Formats: sequence, structure tokens, C-alpha cells
Amino acid sequence: MIETNQLTKIFKIKNGEDIAAVVDLTLNVLAGEVFGFLGPNGAGKTTTIRMLTSLIGPTSGSARVCGYDLGVDDQHIRRSVGVLTESPGMYERLSAAKNLSIYANLYDVDDVEGQLSKYLKMLGLWSRRDDPVGSFSKGMRQKLAICRALLHEPRLLFLDEPTSGLDPEAAKLVRSFIEELRSQGRTIFMCTHNLNEADSLCDRIGIFRTSLIAIDTPSNLRRKLFGRKVVFHLRALDPAWLPQVEALAGVHEVTRVDDKLVVALDDPETLNPHIIRMLVTAGADVKFVGELRHSLEDIYFQTVGQSRDEVKGS
Amino acid sequence: MKHIRTIIDKEWTEVFQNRMVLFTMILVPLVFIILPLVTLYFTGQSMDGDVAGGVADVPAEFLSVCEPGMAANDCMQIYLVNMYLLMFMMLPVIIPVTIAAYSIVGEKATHSLEPLLATPITTFELLAGKSLAAALPAILVGWISFGIFLLGLSLIGVSGAVIRYIVGPTWLLSVLVASPLMAIAAVNFALFVSSRVNDPRVAEQISVLLVIPLLAALFAQLAGVIVIDFFLMLSFIGAMVLVDIGMIYLGVTIFQRENILTRWK
Repeated sequence: MIETNQLTKIFKIKNGEDIAAVVDLTLNVLAGEVFGFLGPNGAGKTTTIRMLTSLIGPTSGSARVCGYDLGVDDQHIRRSVGVLTESPGMYERLSAAKNLSIYANLYDVDDVEGQLSKYLKMLGLWSRRDDPVGSFSKGMRQKLAICRALLHEPRLLFLDEPTSGLDPEAAKLVRSFIEELRSQGRTIFMCTHNLNEADSLCDRIGIFRTSLIAIDTPSNLRRKLFGRKVVFHLRALDPAWLPQVEALAGVHEVTRVDDKLVVALDDPETLNPHIIRMLVTAGADVKFVGELRHSLEDIYFQTVGQSRDEVKGS
Repeated sequence: MKHIRTIIDKEWTEVFQNRMVLFTMILVPLVFIILPLVTLYFTGQSMDGDVAGGVADVPAEFLSVCEPGMAANDCMQIYLVNMYLLMFMMLPVIIPVTIAAYSIVGEKATHSLEPLLATPITTFELLAGKSLAAALPAILVGWISFGIFLLGLSLIGVSGAVIRYIVGPTWLLSVLVASPLMAIAAVNFALFVSSRVNDPRVAEQISVLLVIPLLAALFAQLAGVIVIDFFLMLSFIGAMVLVDIGMIYLGVTIFQRENILTRWK
């Protein structure tokens, strides 16, 4: 659905200096997947969305969006994608329905009334359709902006911070709506700072800071960055057991945390029974065994931190 | 056409919900109608004789505009009314420029420009919609004001010679053709400015400078340097057609979505 090849955007500022916003971005977003695009503020995420929605042109590199070439079929790209911009950008004096009807006409939607009613009802704004947007809360505006992005039934949706500034209830509604969109087979390219949200919604994640630092499914990223770790909760821990466990093939590291044994290993499914047997034979009471799950936040900070260190080092 | 109509509809719905904008659109034409009527009413019977002997306070160059044998008082009134002709021409320039000047940079400031530019609308459709949305009401207001002015003239008892001059080719050309052309040029200039600046106030201030050439023409006529007659108006219209084509071409060519969205300094 999205294929970019060394997509680069360099802004020239007034004193003649160049600012690289996006450098050599090469990625492939598959049809029907929810792709999370994560990165710190100023990383170039919004610039990337602007390029991929043909709002701004790349300095170099190429991209195909919905089968259309960027810079060649820009009108087709704009017609095929829906965009939720960072700020909702609604016409405050106009009603919610009027705001949407303007966009429905600009996207050449056939059944304007039908589409308006469908999405306003879906996002719980139908009863407020005739009210000026100026009287809406931030969450309602965001929901209205999502309606706007969907009016023309785009195959590909760009969501820039979809739950930013929303209260937990509104954020939950937006998240479940995104899940519903995914179940309809739409492709979603989503920028977010909410890492839990990205973890629960995204099939794959790209961690980005001017260029792509890491890209994979959240579970593969966990595995790559932290390996797999299993925690053995024991009634009491004898330090003599640590070297015994560490001596097993496939075990990389064993650490003690209180009465817990944290074991870094390649294949827990195969090794866990051996370790448990060894511990029980040695006299341990095993209370509980579980895999240590690193949060996406850990992955993010590990990845972005490494990238920052590399930049400093170079 | 559908996209252009949508932009016009959006602009009008938005602008006309602002009562202050409506108030200005009514107040300025009212002043421009009342002022010449009051002037003409009070200069109604101030002179005797005809133009053959010259008319006090009227530059000799202007006498050619008055018909031979015309009463000096009528000639004086035609001279005065010709000054106000420039004011009537200013109307469709003054009314839409602030609206047009706000239209791009205002949308940028309220963050509504980005989703708008993300739609399949072309630059020409966007600018044409915004331009027509600002120019059409102003042109209409100009024409209605002229109609009310004509009605007022008959009510205050202005002589037939003066009315004949006002409904003659010079005035009709200026109000019906030159003014709309000026409105289009003014609106496109304001849109051009609006797409190049980052603050709506700057756009409005720069765009208001458009009245300077008209004020210069007013003073030039007062000083007798130019006389606005049929041929001058015809030449002016020809020039305005070229200016309009140039402004529209320039506006579409120079409008850069990327710069507008990303430049904030």
C-alpha cells in the first residue's frame, strides 16, 4: 500500500542552512496492516505523512502510495487516502454537518447525506450535527476530524496523533474505532506518542528519528532488543543454583532479583522444563514461572537512546 | 466546477455568519451613496450661465466632458460626480480585499488549510473559489449601490443632463465593467499576499494598499492632470483585463502548497 525508496526531505531555511527532516526512508506498509510510526517530537513524522499524502514533495527518493507514484499522480493519491492531521482544523463557525459536507463535496462523495449520517452516528456526534464546531470539546473535534478523513471511504488512512489530548474515554472510543477500521481491511499509518496504544493497535512498528531506526512487529522488536527472559519465582533462592542454570546450553544470562531467578534464553518452550527440573532436583520450591515482557516503552527508549548515542559518537 | 462552488459556499457561509463583516459590507456603500447625493443636493443651484464662459473651480481640461451649451451648474455637478465615480470604483476593491487577504493565511492560522489541501482540489479550483467568493458579493454590492445612487439622484432633483451623463457610457463602463475587473485584480492580489505571509493582519495591511492607485487617480483628476472620459475608461478596461489575466496566472503559479504549509517565519 505504501512503498518508499530512500525518501528524503531537506528544508532550506532562510540563512541558507539545510535541515534534514527525513533521510533515506525506505519502508513497505502492507495492505490491511496498522503501521505505527513512532519517534520523538521533531523526528520528521509529520513531514513523512505530508510527503506520503502529496502535500509536500520529497527532495529525493521515490514513493508509491495506493499504487500511484508520488509527484506524478498526486491528485489520485489525495483522492485515495484519508488524513487526520495533527490539529483537527475545523471551521469553527460552521456546524459539524456543514464541515463534513464541504469535505464530502471536495472528495466528490456521491451520497453526501448518507456518509455524513453513517460516520456521525458511528462516532456519537449525530445529535450535535447542527451545532457549531466552536462549541465542541477537543475530543469531539478529533472525532469529527476522523469522520472527515473517512467520508470518501479511503483504502489508506493516515492518522497523526489520533488520541492526543483526549480523555481516557474518548481515547478508548477512538482506539476501538481504529480496530474496527482494521477489521474492515483498511490500511492505517499511524503516528502516536502513546506507546501502549501503538503496542495494542499496531501490527508493525517503525521507530523513526529523521531516518528509520528499527522496523518490525512489537514482539520481534522485543526479541531483537532484549532477547527472551523467563522469571522463576522461588520460595527461597540458593545462590549456588545460578551457575548451574547458566551452564545449560541456550541460556545466556542468569540474574537474581530477590527470590526470583531471571534467565535470558533463546527458547523458553524447550528450556523451561529442564530448568524447572534442575531447580526442583536441587531443592527449590518453584511458585510461578512467567516470561518477562518488555513494554514498547522499553523498546522505544532502548532504540531511540542507541540512535542518539550513535549520533553523539559520530 | 463542483469544487469551486463548494469553496464559494464554504466561504460565504463562514463570512456571512460574522455580523461585523456584514455590517462593513453595508456601511461603506451607504457612505459612498450618501456622500455624493448630499454634495449634489447642496450644489444644486449655485451657478448661472453655461459652459461656454468657463466654470469656476472646474479645470479647463474637464470642460470637454460637458456638452456644448450645458448649464455651468450641470457641468460643475458632472465634475463633482466624476470624482465620486472613482469612489464607486473603489467599492468593489475595498469590500473584498480584507476577506480575500484573510482567506489563505487565516486558514493557515486556524490549521484548516492542511486538511483542505489534502483533498483532491486543484490550486486553480481553490484560488478561483476563494477569489469569486470575495469578488462576487463586492461586485453585486457595487451594482446595487449604483442603482440606489441613481434612484437618489432622481429624488434630490438633479437635472436631466447630469443623469444622462451618469447613465452614459463612461459611468456604465466603469461601474459595470471596470469595477468588476478591478475587484478581480484586487482579490487576486490579496490572495497572492495572503499565500505569502504568515499573519492575517499583515495580509490585510498590505492588501489595503491597493486603494493607493485609485486615490492617486482621484487627486490627478482634481488637479486636472487626467480627465476620466469614455476613451480613458476604455483604455483602463483594456489594461485591467491584462492585469487580471496576469494576476490569476501569477497567483496559480506562485501558490506553493509546500511553502504555505511549512513556512512560519
